[in-house]
Amino acid sequence: MLKQRLISCLVLQDSTLVQSFEFQRFLPVGKARIAVEFMANWDIDEIIILDITATSEGRKPDPAVIMATAKNCFVPLTVGGGISSIDDVERTIRAGADKISMNSAALADPNLITEIARRFGNQCVIAAMDVKNGQSGHQVMAARGKTATGKHPVEWARECEERGAGEILLQSIDRDGSRSGYDLELIRAVSRAVRIPVIAFGGVGTMRHFFEGLEAGAAAVAAANIFQHVEHSTIVAKSFLKSAGANIRLSTLAKYTTFAFDEMGRVLKKEDTELEDIWLEKFRSENI
Amino acid sequence: MQKRIVVVDYKMGNLQSVVNAFQRLGCEARISDSKTDVLAADALVLPGVGAFGAAMQNLRNQGLIGALDQRVRRDKVPFLGICLGMQLIVEDSTESGHHEGLGWLPGHVRRLQPGDGLRVPHVGWNSVEIRRREPLFADLDDGQDFYFVHSFHVEIGETYVSGTTSYGGTTVTSMQHDNIFATQFHPEKSQINGLKLLRNFVRVVGQEQPQVARC
Repeated sequence: MLKQRLISCLVLQDSTLVQSFEFQRFLPVGKARIAVEFMANWDIDEIIILDITATSEGRKPDPAVIMATAKNCFVPLTVGGGISSIDDVERTIRAGADKISMNSAALADPNLITEIARRFGNQCVIAAMDVKNGQSGHQVMAARGKTATGKHPVEWARECEERGAGEILLQSIDRDGSRSGYDLELIRAVSRAVRIPVIAFGGVGTMRHFFEGLEAGAAAVAAANIFQHVEHSTIVAKSFLKSAGANIRLSTLAKYTTFAFDEMGRVLKKEDTELEDIWLEKFRSENI
Repeated sequence: MQKRIVVVDYKMGNLQSVVNAFQRLGCEARISDSKTDVLAADALVLPGVGAFGAAMQNLRNQGLIGALDQRVRRDKVPFLGICLGMQLIVEDSTESGHHEGLGWLPGHVRRLQPGDGLRVPHVGWNSVEIRRREPLFADLDDGQDFYFVHSFHVEIGETYVSGTTSYGGTTVTSMQHDNIFATQFHPEKSQINGLKLLRNFVRVVGQEQPQVARC
């Protein structure tokens, strides 16, 4: 059976990996390349790298950075940020990306989705959109949340699908960095409206939020910040999802059942008596 | 002795990841679009993501079809087709019209119609049931996950099938016949399972691994 996916989004601001809060505040974390390597080894299903200042600064993805990042990434890698032409896509794929994510360029010229899909295949194009939930309901925003487009996310998602996008990356601006959970209403609405996979993004604060996103209809659940500041976060996320009954891939030698969770998906402290029972097991390093 | 593993460049898809994966296994694989390199290769890998028609057109324009036929069918060097590369080696495809493939194996490429409200493309990790373990699936268990991303699939007789997966029905996900191997999933994007499969291919090629890749 096709598994539900857990995706890590690495948000880059001027080539530095950052944590993002409501698209306004940013905390530097470090080098993307290192995050990619440990996440790929610790059970993440896919990685999306988003360069959030590329478009505003007129930059394109840097092939050298992608190459270095992709070198030890043996899970699918999507690159987004500043992609606005066939050439950009060509260069990005050549450097090692499997898929590209397009946001501003698609809004400016939706036809570009079709051109890219025709040349590289639908599966290569992820249409990314930033959505704000304002007084008049949900609206797709451009320019990293600064400009209103007047489009409803359902309408825009449908158009992207018609034009050939392979997946939708659906990000909630209000929820970004909020740790209050996904905008489930938004996810439900868009997942029902299109037949292509929808990736939920924005708002995860506890492991339970991932499960809620899947239940709301997302084919994949993505997060950025949480993977940067929770220990063993990818394994913990998968442990919770497994215990909640999600259909996910478990691939490492980690014991997914060692964690106990509260109902929010926060890891519970182990009883002190458990320390007395700990056996140290040596896992032989796996020779491929 | 170093075997020449050539990753065929016909301008479709992510080739670098395939090279990275072989590198991780301690082998050199070279990307090339030249006939000469194909004819001198000890093993050929045909990856690819994109449209069937465009792919065949590119192979034709680059004059690679003859060289591939020669090296794989007559000289019988080990061949691995990945994703689109698996689709190109059968007879034809109905993707955006009707296109002839390389015709090495008697199968057809058709659009995935999984039903049950399942979405197309088939994207993500799915488990593979092994029909023929040797050589590619050696040391791998049934039901392990590999990464898929495709909207079309191969329909072919059981004799050629080495692995299947379930997506609204059973679909062929890997094939083998003599020196020809192919996977619909991306071993270079399937983490440890994929690397093990590629290692098995490397063994078929007869390449010694100078360094043992640890995880």
